[in-house]
Amino acid sequence: MTGSLQQRLDVVLVLLGKELKVRYKSTVLGYAWSVAYPLAFALVFYFAFKVVARIPIENYALFVVMGLFPWQWFQNSVTGANGFFLANAPLVKKVRFPRSLLVLTGVLNDLVHFLASFPVLIGLMLWSGQRPTADWLWQVPLLVAIQFGVTYGLSLAVATANLFLRDLERLVGLGTLLWLYLTPVLFPWDMVPASMRWTLWLNPMALVVTGWRACFTGEPLRADVIAAAALWALALALFGQLVYRRFEGRFAEVV
Amino acid sequence: MSELDPRAQAAPAVRFEHVTKVYRAGGNAPIGLKNLLLRLPEVAKERRRQPRFEALHDVSFEIDPGECVGLIGPNGSGKSTALGLMAGVLRPTSGRVETRGHISPLLELGAGFHPELSGAENILLNGVLLGLTRREVRERFAEIVAFSGLEEFLHRPVRSYSSGMVARLGFSVAAHVDPDILLVDEVLAVGDEAFQQRCLAKLEEFREAGVTIVLVSHALTLVDALCDGALLLERGELVAAGKPDEVIAIYRDRVAHGVS
Repeated sequence: MTGSLQQRLDVVLVLLGKELKVRYKSTVLGYAWSVAYPLAFALVFYFAFKVVARIPIENYALFVVMGLFPWQWFQNSVTGANGFFLANAPLVKKVRFPRSLLVLTGVLNDLVHFLASFPVLIGLMLWSGQRPTADWLWQVPLLVAIQFGVTYGLSLAVATANLFLRDLERLVGLGTLLWLYLTPVLFPWDMVPASMRWTLWLNPMALVVTGWRACFTGEPLRADVIAAAALWALALALFGQLVYRRFEGRFAEVV
Repeated sequence: MSELDPRAQAAPAVRFEHVTKVYRAGGNAPIGLKNLLLRLPEVAKERRRQPRFEALHDVSFEIDPGECVGLIGPNGSGKSTALGLMAGVLRPTSGRVETRGHISPLLELGAGFHPELSGAENILLNGVLLGLTRREVRERFAEIVAFSGLEEFLHRPVRSYSSGMVARLGFSVAAHVDPDILLVDEVLAVGDEAFQQRCLAKLEEFREAGVTIVLVSHALTLVDALCDGALLLERGELVAAGKPDEVIAIYRDRVAHGVS
């Protein structure tokens, strides 16, 4: 029963299971690794910006973490996307199946890691005297869906493009690194000078991260930010699909 | 094929209609983004001047359902390209490729195998990638394991398998996928005698069940024994088509005269 919805779902589930199993099979502290990575960054940022540069934000470490965890999902997927097709070259070359499932699996894989980091986030929040609210129940799925659109769309485009332009990998790595600094992860939206704030609307992750931060701190989500983020998600998802469709026929030749 | 076969009324399982497949020699080697952006006019000119490699030129044939056809010819004649086109992983540059039914490729055994996972886990992975649902894989699991003869090693990671074992596992999974069309690309050489005999027996079973088989092989005796018909490809051209013994004779003759 090929190609049926059930079958495609099974492919995703099995591939996802494989990714997770592989990641944690031979590393002893598998789970700890995926959380330790952003935490280490948070620590360094804390030192650089709070201790040294003395940015005037309370609870800076937590502030950074709230933005950094969702950001990690995005960054891991987009940079990982370079290899999603390449790493599965024999598969792409020999078996006919919907290759975009490889990207879908990769993005879902990183999503799982992001969600798995929630206990740590909540732990840090409780330690600082904050707590999750009931609104999380609808805000988290909404933000996940929006960020998924953004992340999946870009990842699909990157994975496809990297087959044809192999040095894209370096550019993407560099690009996402720089992108972090342009996004309100290390600084709040309001700290951006009013005259420059329009740039934030051009940055889908700025909108998404701001949404996450509002959700985590229990503040109301701004409808305009969310709406713009959702539009970006749709546009990027569409873009990714178009790029993929356009070039998919030649994958087996270039991989 | 069809002119020789009286039951050619049914729609063909595989049809190639004036299929040409051209690769840009070296042009499919990836260019860099930097080059693309900084040297666009030169890159464009260079690509137009690239010699084009014609893997297949104006090839037409039909394979009827249930037929077993051998694809023979020297290395580089386009056999693997033809299989790739049948498997749907390549698109023809011009012409049409039509296939009817579910295709199971044995193009590279263990495609999608992950070395860190065990044999059992890889059976599930490969089965699903070849088109089964998880339930179907579970249902056939015991048969697949039995056919491969790898019960003992099932829970060891595949990276500890020999290449022969990998091939056996791969063939085992692919053989249980219920294909309508089976594409076999020179993979029957691996495995010990016992396994080879099991493979042949399996292929015979498929033939009896009416599965269409396309076999690429340099083992001409195998092609003669197993196939209903044969196609001879040389440098991308279909040189001969017909009964295996006739086509093989033509091939041998051409080789002897240095033509092939």
